[in-house]
Amino acid sequence: MSFSRGERVIFDNIDMDIERGKVTAIMGPSGTGKTTLLKLIGGQLKPDAGTVHVDGENVHKLSQSALYDLRRRTMGMLFQSGALLTDLSVFDNVAFPLREHTTLPEVAIHHLVLLKLEAVGLRGARDLMSTQLSGGMARRVALARAIALDPEMIMFDEPFTGQDPISMGVLVKLIHDMNYALGMTSVVVSHDVEETGSIADYIYLISDGKVVQSGTPVELKHAKSAWVQQFLGGVADGPVPFHYASEPLMADLMQAEKS
Amino acid sequence: MISDKLQAIGHNAINRFVRVGRASLFLWQTLLSLPYMIRRPGLLVRQLYYVGVQTLLIILVAGLFVGMVLALQSYIVLVDFGAEDSISLMVSLSILRELGPVFTGLLFAGRAGSALTAEIGLMKSTEQLSGMEMMAVDPMKYIIAPRFLAGVIAVPLLTSIFMAIAILGGYFVAIEMLGIYEGVFWSQMQVNVDFYSDLMNGMIKSLVFGFVIVWIAVFEGYDCMPTSEGLGQATTRTVVHGSLAVLGLDFILTALMFSV
Repeated sequence: MSFSRGERVIFDNIDMDIERGKVTAIMGPSGTGKTTLLKLIGGQLKPDAGTVHVDGENVHKLSQSALYDLRRRTMGMLFQSGALLTDLSVFDNVAFPLREHTTLPEVAIHHLVLLKLEAVGLRGARDLMSTQLSGGMARRVALARAIALDPEMIMFDEPFTGQDPISMGVLVKLIHDMNYALGMTSVVVSHDVEETGSIADYIYLISDGKVVQSGTPVELKHAKSAWVQQFLGGVADGPVPFHYASEPLMADLMQAEKS
Repeated sequence: MISDKLQAIGHNAINRFVRVGRASLFLWQTLLSLPYMIRRPGLLVRQLYYVGVQTLLIILVAGLFVGMVLALQSYIVLVDFGAEDSISLMVSLSILRELGPVFTGLLFAGRAGSALTAEIGLMKSTEQLSGMEMMAVDPMKYIIAPRFLAGVIAVPLLTSIFMAIAILGGYFVAIEMLGIYEGVFWSQMQVNVDFYSDLMNGMIKSLVFGFVIVWIAVFEGYDCMPTSEGLGQATTRTVVHGSLAVLGLDFILTALMFSV
C-alpha cells in the first residue's frame, strides 16, 4: 500500500499483516505516519495504491454504509487526544456508542458503562465533564468508550502518553488482558519501547515510508541493524538523525551574519 | 514577473472554484442527511435552543430599537408634508419588507453563525468528528444536519419576532412620544400592508437568508484548518461571507419580488 500527502510520500509500497487475536505494535520516529496508518486501516484516509483488508473486507471498496457497518462490528479506536465529546459527561461519553448502536434498556447501558469505567479505574469520575479531565484521564475514558461495544479489533494511538507510572502499568496490563480474555486484536501505535515491547506479540518498525524491520520483541532486541538498535535504545547518534535536514549550524550562523 | 502574477491569480481562482465545489457537495450531503432528524428529533430540538432561543435576546433588543429609531426618523420627514399619520405605514413596510429579514440575518450570522463555525471547527481540531466516524456515527447526520435544519427553521421565526417587536417599538414612539392617534396608527397599517406581497415576501427572504448563512457557517466549521489560526479565520469568514451574502441576496430578492 502506498500513500502520499502532496509531494511527500508517507508510505511507499509497504506490506503489513496484523494477525487476529494478537497485539501488534507499530513503532517509529515522530512524523513517520503511524497515526496516518491507523486512519488508513479505519478507512478515514484512502491509499494512493494498494489495498487495506480488515476481516476479509477491502476497506476502501466498501460503500459508506458498509464501511460504517464494518467499523461498528469490528473496530474500536483510541485517539491520541482522547477525542471525547466535550458537551457530554464521562458517563455519557462511554454510553454514546451503546445508545447509538444498540437497543439496550437504559439500566443495562448504565451497568455496562460502570463496568467499562471500573476497568479503567474511573468509575468515580462518571459525573465529571470531559473538559474537567486531565489528558491521561481523558485517554482512559476514551479507552472505556472504545471497548464499550466489545469490538474485534482496537487501534490504540499512543495510549501511554501522559500517563503517570501507576496508570501506565494498569493500562499496559489492561490492553494485554483484554486482548487475550476477549480474544481481541490490538494494534498499538506507540513510542514507549519498554511498555509496548512488554505486551506486543509482533512489532513493525517504520521509517521513511518503509517497514525497516519487523519481528517479535525478542527478535528485534537481537537484530543486527544499527537503526533498530538506535531506536530501541534511544541513542542520539546513529543512522536515525535527531536533527531535521538542514545546513551545518556554522554555515547557517555565518549566513545570518552576512545578511 | 507578469506571468508569475497571472499564475498566482489563476491558482487563487482555481482554489476558490474548488472550494465552491466542495461547499456544494457538502450541502448535498447535508440535505441527504436531513431525513435522519425524523428518527432523532431530540438533536434538532437541542440545536433549536442553542441557535434560536439563545439568539432571541439580541433580536428582541435590536428589533425594539430599530423600530423606535425608524418611527422617529419617519416622523421627522413626514411631518414636513403633514403626513405624520402615515408613520405606521413607513415603519411596517420598512420592517416587513427589508429591515426585519436583513437585520435578523446579519445578527444571526454574527451571533449563531460564528458560534456554529467555532463549535464544529473545534470538534474537528479535537478529533471529535473523526472519533464519531470511527464509532460508526456519521457526523453529517449527528452534528451537521441538526444544526443546519435548526438554523433554517430559526431564522424565519426570529425574523417574525424581530418584525413584531420592531413594530411595537415604533408604536411606542409614535403613540407615547409623538402623540399619533392609536386608531390611525393601526388602521393605516391594516389598510396598506398586504399579507402576501409584504409579510410573506419578507418571510421568504428570511428563509433564504437562514439557509445561506447556516450553510456557510457549518461548511466553514467542517472545512476549516484544525488549528487555532484556521479556526479564527473560518469564524471571521462565516460572519463576513454570511453578512455579504445577506445583503447581496436581499438586492436580488427585492428586485425579483418588488420590481415594477
